[in-house]
Amino acid sequence: MSVRRVMGTEIEYGISVAGQPLANPMVASSQIVNAYASSTLKARRARWDFEEESPLRDARGFDMSRQVADPSQLTDEDLGLANVILTNGARLYVDHAHPEFSTPEVTTPLDAVRWDKAGEQIMLDATRAAQRLPGNPQISLYKNNTDNKGASYGAHENYLMRRSTPFGDIVKHLTPFFVSRQVFAGAGRVGLGQDGRGHDGRKHGFQLSQRADFFEVEVGLETTLKRPIINTRDEPHADPEKYRRLHVIIGDANLAEISTYLKIGTTSLVLAMIEEKFIGRDLTLDGPVAALRAVSHDPTLKHTVTLKDGRSLTGIQLQLEYLDLAKKYVEDRYGADADPQTKDVLERWESVLDRLERDPMLCAAELDWVAKLKLLQSYRDRDGLEWNDAKLHLIDLQYADIRPEKGLYHRLVRAGRIERLLDDATIESAMHEPPSDTRAYFRGRCLEKYSENVAAASWDSVIFDLPGRESLQRVPTIDPMRGTRSSVGALIDSCETASQLFDALTR
Amino acid sequence: MAQEQKQPRKSEADEDVVDAAETSDVAERKEALDNDIDDILDEIDDVLETNAEDFVKSFIQKGGQ
Repeated sequence: MSVRRVMGTEIEYGISVAGQPLANPMVASSQIVNAYASSTLKARRARWDFEEESPLRDARGFDMSRQVADPSQLTDEDLGLANVILTNGARLYVDHAHPEFSTPEVTTPLDAVRWDKAGEQIMLDATRAAQRLPGNPQISLYKNNTDNKGASYGAHENYLMRRSTPFGDIVKHLTPFFVSRQVFAGAGRVGLGQDGRGHDGRKHGFQLSQRADFFEVEVGLETTLKRPIINTRDEPHADPEKYRRLHVIIGDANLAEISTYLKIGTTSLVLAMIEEKFIGRDLTLDGPVAALRAVSHDPTLKHTVTLKDGRSLTGIQLQLEYLDLAKKYVEDRYGADADPQTKDVLERWESVLDRLERDPMLCAAELDWVAKLKLLQSYRDRDGLEWNDAKLHLIDLQYADIRPEKGLYHRLVRAGRIERLLDDATIESAMHEPPSDTRAYFRGRCLEKYSENVAAASWDSVIFDLPGRESLQRVPTIDPMRGTRSSVGALIDSCETASQLFDALTR
Repeated sequence: MAQEQKQPRKSEADEDVVDAAETSDVAERKEALDNDIDDILDEIDDVLETNAEDFVKSFIQKGGQ
């Protein structure tokens, strides 16, 4: 494979209610999800189907068509279940104390960017819809990963992989890649240590990554404490004999499109090399958790980490090792026939690493952490601010505010200082339309066209409630590559009702 | 970051030639850039939350995944 594979992102957004720092974040998150669902979804709201393998009668959930009248009346159980599926195939829900958007399954890095950005727009619309709820809550959302007071929330990536690849190979070859990937994929953070009170004797400063300080072990199942660099959650949402879903929890939530594009594209390429046993070099690090933090804590990118074989390399040099392998791999497997996005990812990866090595500021128009640092540095120069100044912390926070009028990322884009890969119209259409080349197409089209008859859905099923049938009817979508436009598009176009579609599918 | 720019590279001589040829250009561009940065800072001053200290303090999240 190349950069192409089935993949997606899931982002938990930071949430605050204006004037109410102690507002219950579960209530506010639920208001976000429910307000968006009420304002956009037609007819009935399909439930998320939690029961992947059980009889349909057991499907849990509450009737999501209920309006949020008074948040205080809702129990935690109700709130925890705020969970809807959108016509673009995505899932919008409350996870822990944050609203979360999971993109539909896509197959290219650029599509991952497209639906990830569509998620931001959906969250923005949701905050506006929530303002019309009783009490007119002014809820703000932040696409970041920490409050700088000890809490962190995730920005996960998912990659479908071959089951036959030994997990040990993934751990071995992916760990040094993840430790160093932050040199271009970091979102930047003002503050050191989990609670922002310092690390290793240094009290204040800027670091590459929002998340680096929150990782404590090398491999593990946890996602909320003792976070591991490699997460072992094994829930493929596909045929478990053939696939595993690699659940990546180490990334930052990126706003810059090129950061997301490179993060996803390079990771997918490295996974392809692992699957095909192409990586002959041993880049195993001596102490990857400490190395992760050390790389993050040095925005000059000069710090070296030690490999098990004794070599000392900077984060960039580690990335250059992977780039070199990836170029050889693509040349070896595809030659000139490599697809355009694979070529583009390789070119951009090389260009970014080259410039980061010369002067990181040369990437200020492409990468989140550099754009943020440049802005912070300008403020420090103009106003003589130290790294502990509240204003610099505010700039860090407000960079991630998703409102175009308040968010500093958006202001930089509007001022022409950050490059984009997609235009607004392309992202806006992805708020409603599913990708055409995965099962998300079938899910999204069913939600859009037959919403009255879709009782529930999940990654691997769509469940219909059809007139004249006593029990619910489940259509499994266990293969992520089936249910695409080319296979079911014409059929859905030609079926006026859900019953017609179901009959045609089961005939 | 400027002090870090001069790392020994594959061909330092080549770089110096390029640098010399571009010097006057660079000075002009730097001035334009400085004005540019002032503009963007002014613009951002206008949208920054008014009480930075309070705002940052009150941004309290529960942990997630």
